[in-house]
Amino acid sequence: MNFEWRWDFTWQILPRLLEATLTTMAAAAIGYSVALLGGLIFALGQRTPSRVITFIVREIVEFIRSTPLVLQIFFIYFVGPQFGIRMSPWHAGMLALGVHYSAYLSEVYRGGLDAVPKGQWEAALALNLSTTSTYTRIILPQALPPALAGMGNYLVGILKDTPLLSVIGVAELMHTANSIGAANYRYLEPYTIVGLIFLLISLPLAGLTRLFEMWVRRKLGMK
Amino acid sequence: MSFWNFLEIYWPRLLSGTIVTIEVFLLASGLAIAIAIAAGLMRLSTNPAVRWTSLIYIEALRGTSLIVQLYWIYFVLPLFGLTLDKFNAGFIAVGMNLGAYGAELVRGAIQAVPKGQWEAAYALSMSPAKRMWRIIFPQAFVIMLPPWGNLLIELLKYSALVSLIGVTDLMFQTKQINSSTFLSVQAFGAALIIYYVLARLLLTPGLRWVETKMQRQLQRN
Repeated sequence: MNFEWRWDFTWQILPRLLEATLTTMAAAAIGYSVALLGGLIFALGQRTPSRVITFIVREIVEFIRSTPLVLQIFFIYFVGPQFGIRMSPWHAGMLALGVHYSAYLSEVYRGGLDAVPKGQWEAALALNLSTTSTYTRIILPQALPPALAGMGNYLVGILKDTPLLSVIGVAELMHTANSIGAANYRYLEPYTIVGLIFLLISLPLAGLTRLFEMWVRRKLGMK
Repeated sequence: MSFWNFLEIYWPRLLSGTIVTIEVFLLASGLAIAIAIAAGLMRLSTNPAVRWTSLIYIEALRGTSLIVQLYWIYFVLPLFGLTLDKFNAGFIAVGMNLGAYGAELVRGAIQAVPKGQWEAAYALSMSPAKRMWRIIFPQAFVIMLPPWGNLLIELLKYSALVSLIGVTDLMFQTKQINSSTFLSVQAFGAALIIYYVLARLLLTPGLRWVETKMQRQLQRN
């Protein structure tokens, strides 16, 4: 049994893990940006006058939401080359993360938009506002605050799902810990440090998103 | 190779993988529900030590990633003398992680039971245990069922991670088929469809059935 914590080993591997933390954070940021945009497309796709398009987009969202992310990562990475689309693990990973969380964020957007009372739409119509000003001046400022809490949760969620990218070889935190562990036959320190790093990022991040939500509510004159 | 030909050849492996996935799902769900109820009730305890223990458990498991916990349980716990085989390590990690999320659902649902119900039980001089068991929990149960439906779908999806430590579930079989045949579209496509069917055509209607049944039960009493 070999369970004593070795500090010299800790200091030796810490720089590599911290460097990989940057990759993890970049992956979360890029994946989240893709998801913010993709979610908007999925959400608006369910608000078109066409019933068929709404149905199709709805089913796509449900399909993405009910299948495992790790399987989607494999699917995108391995199926692309069969159709002549070669993607690096990094690009395939960003695409998979982004698409997966697009489905979740579209639900958040949808909830926010549905929460705006119908009278607001009617009032905007009665005032003869254009579609653009209806959305930017009337609807979105009211739809945003209730959606922010959900958006914040998924930001933390996407961060905690980035280790899944290690399965196709993206050199983020988990992948680095795996290779350190395999090379040195010591798993205690790398895996424990990775857990602590996630804890140290995700807890403040959750707090920050809550502060941001409060700030936006104040800016918009809500409480 | 067409999709049907593929299924004709590989259905036994897909089926055995699906059965393992369902086993992991059932065991992990049972563990997650037990942990969620225990940790959720502990969060509401008047004893600060009990409350804090549960809070630390919940935040630690929600704040780190499931995959980190899975590897920790499988690779690091043996160093402390606790060796679990792949299957046990797999469902325990999934159950412990999702149980922490479930604990917050349990806590929220119990707090959502109207205050009058607590007071009425108190007025009838019920013991705290009886009050919780007979009055509060049944009502909280109905409140928390819909979010538990979503959580169990998450659990089914995250159960695919146990393949990473070598549990021969659906994800594992699919990866094996893919690496020996390179039929990626068929292999991963079949797995996507199976997971979708499990989640949307079995799990969701099943939970809805429990929901209506419980609601009726509560109204009758």
